[in-house]
Amino acid sequence: MRLFNAVLRHPSGRIGAAIILLFLVVAALGAIGLTPHDPLKQYVIDRLKPPSGTYWFGTDLLGRDTFSRLMLGIGESFLVAFASVAAAAAAGTVIGLFAAWWGHLWDGILMRIMDVLLAFPAILLALLIVAIEGPGVATSITAIGIVYTPIFARVVRAPALALKAREFVEAARTFGSSQPYILTRHLLLNLVAPLTVQITLALAWALLTEAGLSFLGLGTQPPAPSLGVMLAESKSMMTRAPWLMVFPGLTIMLAILGFNLFGDALRDILDPRTQERPA
Amino acid sequence: MNYLVQRLLTFPLVLLGVSLLVFFAIRLVPGDAIIAMLGTEAGLLTDAQRASLAAYFGLDQPVVIQYGRWLTGLFQGNLGISTTYGKPVLEVIIARFPLTIELALLSMVIALAVGVPAGVFAATRADRPSDLVVRLFAMLGQSTPSFVVGLVLIYLLSVNFHILPAMGSFTPLFVDPLGNLAQMILPSMTLGLAFAAAVTRIARSSMLDVLSEDYVRTARSKGASQRDVVWRHALPNALIPVVTLSGVEFGYLLGGAVIVEQIYALPGLGRLTLDAISQRDYALVQGAVLFIAFNFLVVNLLVDLAYAALDPRIRLGGK
Repeated sequence: MRLFNAVLRHPSGRIGAAIILLFLVVAALGAIGLTPHDPLKQYVIDRLKPPSGTYWFGTDLLGRDTFSRLMLGIGESFLVAFASVAAAAAAGTVIGLFAAWWGHLWDGILMRIMDVLLAFPAILLALLIVAIEGPGVATSITAIGIVYTPIFARVVRAPALALKAREFVEAARTFGSSQPYILTRHLLLNLVAPLTVQITLALAWALLTEAGLSFLGLGTQPPAPSLGVMLAESKSMMTRAPWLMVFPGLTIMLAILGFNLFGDALRDILDPRTQERPA
Repeated sequence: MNYLVQRLLTFPLVLLGVSLLVFFAIRLVPGDAIIAMLGTEAGLLTDAQRASLAAYFGLDQPVVIQYGRWLTGLFQGNLGISTTYGKPVLEVIIARFPLTIELALLSMVIALAVGVPAGVFAATRADRPSDLVVRLFAMLGQSTPSFVVGLVLIYLLSVNFHILPAMGSFTPLFVDPLGNLAQMILPSMTLGLAFAAAVTRIARSSMLDVLSEDYVRTARSKGASQRDVVWRHALPNALIPVVTLSGVEFGYLLGGAVIVEQIYALPGLGRLTLDAISQRDYALVQGAVLFIAFNFLVVNLLVDLAYAALDPRIRLGGK
């Protein structure tokens, strides 16, 4: 809580938090069906209408309301981003912790596997997973989750190694604290700071990747709206209906900006080295 | 153990891991390589023809034998035959590689040309309005997906100037340098923007670090002009993190830029691999991924070495 207040006092943290909150509210409204129009309904006589009082962000080639579709698309993108980062953070933390705790051979094996995943071109790894599982929301979550796991493993392992050598961990071991207790209480709790920063920044990246996959036609499948799908559909219409490109483009940019600003603020606050200075 | 030796030892190990992963992953993709290769004509194949095609591409063997063969072939510089192109995989990859290098280099040039001056400018005016503007732009640049930048650039050109960027047939650099550059400028700008934003941010923060150091204060007190202090005394040291960042980013870009290549219809390494995955072209996917991973690891190793060379205080190997 104290951390959250500190972020809110940080100028870019405040803006970032406001943007994220706005998007969460919009996504929630979209999820419970409170959209100005039915996002999937085709208003055939109103095809390719520019923004107006009725259709705030205009309509697409099939006469669907862009604003309503965006509301749903934000939800879809956020779902993929949150779920995949949660999966990557959980898996990466476990791997990083065990690599550091067990050391030696296990450390070598686990971290070399992470190196392999890091050396594997990220978007191609995601594409390969999509090709195996077939496109869809669940696949996007798996793919992005796997791609980001090694980053979390690295973020956790280095400080966990340093913590392992500290006296208080040594003491806990001598007193006979159980391994799970030491791992969660002494190591994990002290890793919250680097993990929080990494999670926020990874959310920005995950949004970017999800939109990229959808843009390539390999993420969320039409007719379900997603920011990437909407942008891909706008490409052939750009001279006739630029609003189809402008609004989804701005939306995704703003969403990513929100997480970047928030993450930057967090890093400023949590990293003592940069504390004295604005990002 | 010496850091460099350790890195060199794990290098082949990581490559072996990548080769295992890609080899078995591509075989998990549903669909048959022979059918994907022939498309609708696959229905006309007799069983004997299909069997002989499978034998030609080595697809009739058990998977483990196939992997063993592929691995032995690798050591002889033989990456197999692409089912899509009917040519050796290495030949297909090498044909696409110049474009990928060119795109990566041009984006890096744009990123450094914009990012370094912008970062230095912002650092010397820390917390003044001009610094805030630079930081805002850098933040926006980093938050904008490449396909949004690409679409906006195409839109601006086609609507305002009525020139559609030349797309469709690609002009290689050595055939028509000017025509090639005209085609490459938008894709490079698209990739360069986010890259420039990252360079700006790191150049600014590292410049701020350096400007607060004692030797810079000494230079100032000895009466060196602001320009000399910034460009001659501070900049060379401030550039070290910029070099690292650019190197790593360049390593990524050498893997091809799938989305940007797709938007601008460029025949680079990224699209080659994307198409190869959808074509179930096993040998080509394996070869391309391994090639990309190899380059990535080499570039990262070079970046580490450059880092140590540029900053003598850093002893690789020390924890």
